Amino acid sequence: MYYEAIVIGVSSGGMKALKFLSSSLPIHFSIPIIIVQHLSSKSDSHWIHLLNEKSQLNVKEVDEKEKITKGYIYIAPPNYHLMIEKDQTFSLTIDERVNFARPSIDVLFESAAEVFKNKLIGIVLTGSNSDGTNGIIRIKKYGGLAIIQDPTTAESEYMPKSAIAAIIPDHVLSLEKIIELLLKIDHKNK
Amino acid sequence: MRNKETSDLEISLLLEAIFQKYGYDFREYSQAHIRRRIMNRMAVSQFEDIAEIQSKVLNDATFASEILQDLSITVTEMFRDPLFYRSLRENVIPILKTYPFIKIWHAGCATGEEAYSMAILLQEEGLYERTTIYATDFNQMALNRAKDGIFSNKMIKEYTSNYQLAGGKESFSNYYTSNYDNVIMNQSLKKNIVWANHNLVTDSVFAEVNLILCRNVLIYFDKNLQNKVQTLFYNSLINGGILCLGSKESLRFSDLYAHYIELDTKQRIFKKKY
Ligand SMILES: C[S@@+](CC[C@H](N)C(=O)[O-])C[C@H]1O[C@@H](n2cnc3c(N)ncnc32)[C@H](O)[C@@H]1O
Repeated sequence: MYYEAIVIGVSSGGMKALKFLSSSLPIHFSIPIIIVQHLSSKSDSHWIHLLNEKSQLNVKEVDEKEKITKGYIYIAPPNYHLMIEKDQTFSLTIDERVNFARPSIDVLFESAAEVFKNKLIGIVLTGSNSDGTNGIIRIKKYGGLAIIQDPTTAESEYMPKSAIAAIIPDHVLSLEKIIELLLKIDHKNK
Repeated sequence: MRNKETSDLEISLLLEAIFQKYGYDFREYSQAHIRRRIMNRMAVSQFEDIAEIQSKVLNDATFASEILQDLSITVTEMFRDPLFYRSLRENVIPILKTYPFIKIWHAGCATGEEAYSMAILLQEEGLYERTTIYATDFNQMALNRAKDGIFSNKMIKEYTSNYQLAGGKESFSNYYTSNYDNVIMNQSLKKNIVWANHNLVTDSVFAEVNLILCRNVLIYFDKNLQNKVQTLFYNSLINGGILCLGSKESLRFSDLYAHYIELDTKQRIFKKKY
């Protein structure tokens, strides 16, 4: 197996994108997916159950110290930063907000890059701030694959644009094309 | 950008040095957390590499205490997770009411907001007068601020809303006086709180207590250290005593899970079996 994980950062306009993504991936998709979605600190996890019902994969909120496993789509809990340990388990912290956000995409991406190095795929989707940009820089620095949602197809173009301005992305694609690409990668990955 | 990558070995040597020289033991903390904080410090203070931090830590006590601050995250709130406090009122207060004297331990109290929230709740439930609250942390700077009980009024709107969601019975503004940009917590809330420096990793069993709150501290520890600290809590609780963890913390992976009953699974409230 080549790619070991996919990290995704998404902010405003993200709910629709996540619904589409989680309902489009097939049951045999073998790369674990880890998502930071910006939400209010008091939001509950109801929407995660809804995503899970509509997905062939297991969509769940991260539990502290849980081991990353294939077949899962993990979502960072509100009001905690999500990080990955060398033994591929999750840590949560309540450090200060980063880019006004907790969870912050940068925090997840940076720690994931340290662990998975060039075996990581980073995806920046719709959003109206620049969280994720430093993270995707780090992922590229370690040789990972950077996929950015085509800003013209994103509900909010700011976040993908900010990422594109900072790195040379490997792919700039619509959500549909991103999913096609992931399926192709997953196929080769086995 | 530095081209030299900071290795795990370098970080663990730094932690070893801090422990040997100052007795603060971060060796079993979450590595991802420690790495992030150290890398931030390197960026902020423009260090070339970790060896530079190491020699400065060993030769400069002021700098060492800055590093300790870097590694101790004191982010907290009044009535953080309001539904947890609501559950405390419903499920724990009735148990506490059966005791003539009550001892409560806030382990990792940071700047004190959690302990003040508890004091308010106990006053409203008529239990404060027979309670001693031990609020401990290993971060002396945070403890000093806790003792002062002065908080920025920027947060008051949010705290007021938390307080109401938590089932508060009064007006939150009854509990403090405003002073320019700050609020000062009432003296009556402070009188039964004992602030003390205590390190969960290196100090021993605290006291025979009825209730322990240790919220959002264990997330910073690795599994092994979590287990050790859980043993410390178990030994500090009376039989039938209550343990409260943070909303994302679990006892399930702990060896001691079987020795507790879950009072409120969602709010992470446990009762030590008799
Ligand atoms: C994020 S705060 C939690 C504050 C509060 N309990 C809450 O949930 O809002 C974590 C606190 O744990 C303290 N802490 C970390 N390691 C500790 C140790 N070994 N002994 C005592 N306190 C520790 C830190 O100094 C910090 O104040």
